[in-house]
Amino acid sequence: MARPRPLPSGRSVPDTARFAGVGRWLLRAASLGVCLLAWQAAAQLRLDLGIVTFRNVPPPVEVAQAGIELLQSSKLFDHVTSSLSRVFAGYGLAALAGVMLGLAVGRSRLAGDVLMPPLEILRPIPAVAWIPLAVLMFPSSELSMIFITFTGALFPILLSTIHGVENVDPRLVASARSLGAGWGAILREVVLPAAAPSIVTGLAIGMGTSWFCLVTAEMISGQYGIGYYTWESYTLQNYPDIVVGMVLIGLMGMGSSALLRRAGARLTPWHSTDEARR
Amino acid sequence: MSGHERRAHGHAEQGRIDAEGVFIRLGQGAEAFEAVQDVSFTVPAGEFVCVLGPSGCGKSTLLGALAGHIAPAHGALTLDGAAISGPHPDRGIVFQHHTLFPWKNVRDNIAFGPKMRGIPKAERHRQADEILELIGLGGFAGRYPKQLSGGMQQRVEIARVLVNHPRLLLMDEPFGALDALTRMMMQELLLDIWTRLRTTIVFITHDIDEALFLADRVLVMSPRPGRIVEDITVPFERPRRAEIVAEPPFGRLKRHCLDLLRPRPGTDTLPRLSPLGAPPHAR
Repeated sequence: MARPRPLPSGRSVPDTARFAGVGRWLLRAASLGVCLLAWQAAAQLRLDLGIVTFRNVPPPVEVAQAGIELLQSSKLFDHVTSSLSRVFAGYGLAALAGVMLGLAVGRSRLAGDVLMPPLEILRPIPAVAWIPLAVLMFPSSELSMIFITFTGALFPILLSTIHGVENVDPRLVASARSLGAGWGAILREVVLPAAAPSIVTGLAIGMGTSWFCLVTAEMISGQYGIGYYTWESYTLQNYPDIVVGMVLIGLMGMGSSALLRRAGARLTPWHSTDEARR
Repeated sequence: MSGHERRAHGHAEQGRIDAEGVFIRLGQGAEAFEAVQDVSFTVPAGEFVCVLGPSGCGKSTLLGALAGHIAPAHGALTLDGAAISGPHPDRGIVFQHHTLFPWKNVRDNIAFGPKMRGIPKAERHRQADEILELIGLGGFAGRYPKQLSGGMQQRVEIARVLVNHPRLLLMDEPFGALDALTRMMMQELLLDIWTRLRTTIVFITHDIDEALFLADRVLVMSPRPGRIVEDITVPFERPRRAEIVAEPPFGRLKRHCLDLLRPRPGTDTLPRLSPLGAPPHAR
């Protein structure tokens, strides 16, 4: 009887399983391919299903061509950098404000009583609903878009931070106090790291919402930016460019969230090992 | 002679506790109740005292007051004549488990107290490493708490408090979450450390064997409201061997404690008190 030979590297994946792995990837690629083909067919046949029509939908081949064209032109860089800088400004401010307010509210009842009532009233208002007022309030459309991005990111970050701070084990704080830690040291050495996993979650959710809000704001009041590019393509009837814009928005949102999660895992190594062991 | 032993000699006469008519109230408004009622005792410097009592009797509350986390409603609680008015590194507290900082490795956990006193990194790491040798965890300085067994984590908790040279070591069922064998090893280790450092220890437990094996004196508390019902002097010679728990004098004293702790008919066991807040997973 043949005994399975242990692999020196500790990997003992049998060949059949490895083939199954390759097979699954092939299956997934095929599924994606079928979707693209269906889209191509529907667009080419100008399929009209009554409630939805593909008559004006560009086929994927045209989208790819438009994408390559955009990549080669200098416009792409301007659009991407202006969107990115808005997100960095708005989201950055929201991260700073959300974490600081969250720490204050989570640690101090007084801060909670003072800060939370107005925030609770503003919270249910979607950031997008702020657009008209923001345009009126801020002298430049640039600032109003940054404000919308800020508002979109603020609440997820704030709420996750409060949640994280309120769930800090009180015995950890008591231990730290018995070891001589004062108010500031407890915040820095205990509360902040203990709440960090929750804060990172809030930052990742906030990143998603801030992209969503930015794109909407750009469609309405922008001059550059991916959202503006997408909307402009519609008004100029460059239909393939609409889809290129959509894909770019998706890629940038996904990329920044992934970066954030990666950075978060790097900053909270004890937390990821903790999860892996459970 | 290590630095710690020298320090310990320096304040061999420090660590005397005086409790005079202490009442402690827990809870807010209508839910407030008396957790500790009219407790008076004195612990001479360097003594090892166990507080023995059923679950929910207020013994952890009493310890919380000694640590300075809970203020008594009435009465005087002093250490070396000075009133206890808040937490201080002179009165180190060790909890049952999971109060090491998970984001700090063993060395940085232990060096936390010195860091709070502003001691430079190189020096506090040297102090941490010295204490790690004392508790037999020399090779584990770089590990994170999660990577240690329960017994090792408790040793680090003790080290983290000892590095501050406390006059008083407060322990709240520190070995309660360990398996029987580890617990026995930890008890012997603690006695070994105590013989060398001679700090005053107040040790909370509901385990009669543990109390009688460790302590010079056992204060037995009644169910809520917690009062001290008996002050037992434990006569066994030191150094104590683990075998004494199987000998007749130990058995006699244990039976006496059992009689004191046995719930009277018609009384329910009380829910556990968590005066300093429960850990998140227990909520």
